[in-house]
Amino acid sequence: MALLSFERKYRVRGGTLIGGDLFDFWVGPFYVGFFGLTTAFFAGLGTALMAYGAALGPTWNIWRISIAPPDLSYGLGLAPLAEGGLWQIITICAIGAFVSWALREVEICRKLGMGFHVPFAFAVAIFAYVTLVVIRPVLMGAWGHGFPYGIFSHLDWVSNVGYQYLHFHYNPAHMLAVSLFFTTTLALALHGGLILSASNPGRDGTLYNNPNEVKTPEHEDTFFRDIIGYSVGTLGIHRLGLVLALNAGFWSAVCIVISGPLWNKGWPEWWNWWLDLPIWS
Amino acid sequence: MNQLWIPFAAAGAVFVGAAVIFGADWDTPPVDTVQIGYRGTGMVQVLDREDQVALKLANVAPEPAYEPDPAGSLARDVYQNVPVLGHLSEDQFNELMADITAWVSPVEGCNYCHNPDDLASDEVYTKVVSRRMLQMTQHINEDWQPHVAQTGVTCYTCHRGNPVPANVWSRDLGPGEKGRAVGWRGGQNIVNKMAANTSLPTDALENYLLDEQPIRVHSLTALPDGTNKNTVKETETSWALMMHMSESLGVGCVTCHNTRALNDWDQSPPQRVSAWHGIRMTRDLNVSYLTPMAPAFPANRKGPEGDVFKVSCATCHNGVQKPLYGVSMLQDYVNSLATKSDTGVPDFTTYKPGETKLLPSSANTTSLAPVSGAVEGEKALASAD
Repeated sequence: MALLSFERKYRVRGGTLIGGDLFDFWVGPFYVGFFGLTTAFFAGLGTALMAYGAALGPTWNIWRISIAPPDLSYGLGLAPLAEGGLWQIITICAIGAFVSWALREVEICRKLGMGFHVPFAFAVAIFAYVTLVVIRPVLMGAWGHGFPYGIFSHLDWVSNVGYQYLHFHYNPAHMLAVSLFFTTTLALALHGGLILSASNPGRDGTLYNNPNEVKTPEHEDTFFRDIIGYSVGTLGIHRLGLVLALNAGFWSAVCIVISGPLWNKGWPEWWNWWLDLPIWS
Repeated sequence: MNQLWIPFAAAGAVFVGAAVIFGADWDTPPVDTVQIGYRGTGMVQVLDREDQVALKLANVAPEPAYEPDPAGSLARDVYQNVPVLGHLSEDQFNELMADITAWVSPVEGCNYCHNPDDLASDEVYTKVVSRRMLQMTQHINEDWQPHVAQTGVTCYTCHRGNPVPANVWSRDLGPGEKGRAVGWRGGQNIVNKMAANTSLPTDALENYLLDEQPIRVHSLTALPDGTNKNTVKETETSWALMMHMSESLGVGCVTCHNTRALNDWDQSPPQRVSAWHGIRMTRDLNVSYLTPMAPAFPANRKGPEGDVFKVSCATCHNGVQKPLYGVSMLQDYVNSLATKSDTGVPDFTTYKPGETKLLPSSANTTSLAPVSGAVEGEKALASAD
């Protein structure tokens, strides 16, 4: 496979966490490394087990295949393969694959002398997943509290778990997470619109009489200073986007891990602290 | 100077943070859970341990005062004006009177309902109300078995030592009006104590447990096709009733519904059938028994809108899925409370407290209870699910 012009710059030796030079090679365009191998192992085994679970199940309809966790009666013990054991092994594989991939990202960052923003951001997503299938089930005392691996079935799980607490919109961390998700998309929309506008050379490509000229960050800053009195800036918008997105994921994890372990009743009742404030009660 | 907001913001954050951490009634693991559906569907009931301990202490069925002798002369031959309980033996009758006193007016005693100089007189309003309530209890136990099954109910199921059961309701005054710009609150957006402290509409109990507003708002198609005219407003009122039911029974929505298709009976746990009958039973009791007694009640036994106190799910259930944890007190009162005796309906409009010695009743009762054939059909529905 031919090297792209910029690839030579990325193919830097060293920076590995484990294995020294042993796995420090590329297959085609892909860096391998020790964690590339473990990623391939866990992802391959997990996917094969999901196919096995689907074969045991009643359907090959891709939307309806579901690998469910064990009954609550198994607690934090192991379950037979066909009764949730597959879910348990697949969960181990998934965490193994996700964490391996994050560490592979760390190795690449080290090779390139970058900060660890990308693996850190991915780690927040992994944290949210681990919260759902490990931390919360352990706190509640049964693997059966994890969500099933299926396209429709995991949505049904989300619905029912929300309704266990009567009205999930009253969950304060859910409120924060939803607000942050919406704010993330709003920021992305504003940013995307700004970039498209600034980089648009005009209808006939002759803006400012120069077919190659687009607007600069000066224009971008001026636009936002005009409409809201402030521009976060070209670097700042990416920091803001990262903070919003990571907080959305983080507070999502918080909103589910407090539902059950730290709150057993309907979420509307949680707000009694507000009604009971000594200001008006 | 420009940094002055920082101490204010910090003080606010500390105040709100402390209120959230120490003010909210947080729980700690471990937690009790009950699986009520196939694994991995999220059909799980989460139980609050402290609440469960308190509920178990608060929902203990009392024992009868003593074991009455079913033989001997009948109450109707010994006492006057005992149309509903006259078929009991004298001993059974007296034992039941003692129990009712303990159940309903343990502090006030017999004289809460009786003129001590003339026990047969109807002049105390609570006596004619009690008689109607005895008829209601018999009616529930005989005609509403789709809901109460063989467990049945007694006076204690609701009263719990209170002359007026703790969990009754009357017509809600509503949220009122706000200032002009946001004046229309749509009958909601205040704390609704009857709907699990949500801000859902305040008139749900009136709409569904007194009136017959349709509860089902669910669309049957994935995308709107114009057949379902219900708006968010109807949906929220319906949800307010569901909140009330959940809170009354101490359960979540999934006890009766698989929320992936709230409407679909085939996917619902069988408890939904009991709940369906319970809604109709409650409506029947409010319409046929409680509301018509309005003329007999004094003002302090009515709500702020002047209507009588009515029953809801919470009146019997008191926070427990099966009232008194399914203990059947009725088994000790089969003769007196399990089947209908006299079904005459008094004309409460003619009642004059302190004067009416004998309140006459018409021949028969009307009620929304299922006729026997319908009951059979509904039992078939229940077993099919």
